Amino acid sequence: MKINQNYDMSSSIQSRDYAHPEYLVDTDWVAEHLNDPNVIFVESNEDPLLYASGHIPGAFEVDWTLDLNDPLIRDYLNKDGFEKLMSRIGAGPRSKIVFYGDKNNWWACYAFWVFQLFGHTNTAIMDGGRVKWIKENRPLTTDKSTAESTNYPAQTRDDSHLRAFRDEVLELVKKQGQLVDVRSPEEYSGERMHMPDYPNEGALRGGHIPGAKSVPWAKAINPDDGTFKSMEELRELYEVSQGLKSSEPTIAYCRIGERSSHTWFVLKYLLGHSNVKNYDGSWTEWGNSVGLPIEK
Amino acid sequence: MPYPEPIQEFIENLSFLEDRADRVQALIELSKSYQPAQHEKPYPAENRVPGCESEVYTWVSLNDGALDIQIVVDNPQGLSAMALAALLSEALQGKSPKTAATLDGELVFALFGRELSMGKSLGLTNLVQQVKAQSLKLA
Repeated sequence: MKINQNYDMSSSIQSRDYAHPEYLVDTDWVAEHLNDPNVIFVESNEDPLLYASGHIPGAFEVDWTLDLNDPLIRDYLNKDGFEKLMSRIGAGPRSKIVFYGDKNNWWACYAFWVFQLFGHTNTAIMDGGRVKWIKENRPLTTDKSTAESTNYPAQTRDDSHLRAFRDEVLELVKKQGQLVDVRSPEEYSGERMHMPDYPNEGALRGGHIPGAKSVPWAKAINPDDGTFKSMEELRELYEVSQGLKSSEPTIAYCRIGERSSHTWFVLKYLLGHSNVKNYDGSWTEWGNSVGLPIEK
Repeated sequence: MPYPEPIQEFIENLSFLEDRADRVQALIELSKSYQPAQHEKPYPAENRVPGCESEVYTWVSLNDGALDIQIVVDNPQGLSAMALAALLSEALQGKSPKTAATLDGELVFALFGRELSMGKSLGLTNLVQQVKAQSLKLA
């Protein structure tokens, strides 16, 4: 089921010379495909009120807690859950799923990443996300999107290529491999980010995984319109400034794996790094685990 | 101890709404009543709510012994922060500083449910805690 239909890519994206431009579409492309039955738009936000306040016509909401996470285990939905989700949004194996959302698409990238774990690779991110669509005065609706349910034959989730677990991270630390901490500089340094007398972000300790490079996720974004920076700027940010090598294994992490899925997308699809994983256990696991080293 | 009356009333009304979509709609309507405070940019760092991705700033002062609550949500997409800011302002504006004493982080979950992301719940909880701390300092 490894499909990414390479049809009519966005011209503004193609000109940016990304390694895999087929995984990114611009708002013009979305506007042209609003009624394309082969394309399904998915909005994923951090703010639970945004989708209902207005969304791209026909777009479905995929909520990270309600739709993507297992309610009892710290894990993602299983094959059955993914089949139900795809059925709800009317998706078939060949549907192109285009994700967008708030926070410059960080939640959209998170949902995109989970879809990759099930091998649904005919996917893309809408460059600039929700804010760019709205700034361009494009249509929004509060109408509830509906679709004829489908029988989607999902693969069993395969975490091996895209998801890192604690022991693999520890091995990479021992090998002095490439780790990217995408949290804010204050989180990276271990400075307190919370109100006095209020628990700190679910972690006992502040700091970062030893050897991790600090590249806050939002540095990959043009602040004016939320679009991804150019290939040249991204190379400068990750490869020149931080010395990340495209052929070396790389693990990105943040607090729970949502912001780092954004960086994972940039490294894997825009820069074309060959072996990038997202560590969704991230700081809430590493910062609390017994016996794991940290740096401040 | 119950929250200040407008908050308690809103939570009770929410509890009658069984459908999540109806609860979300009620909170969107609440966010529309948010009135941004009139302060010049750049806003002082000491007024910023820590850990809040939406960049929220709060000012609390006394006017003839009554609270004057001003909140800026510096993000047009920060609807949840706007809804919470509107409710806090309605509950505390013109009241005694001690009115804020019963506010706590549970308020965020009572309004928005437990399915908030960690970052979102942290930011909204810090907004409640900051307004409470600024108010009680004036008591």
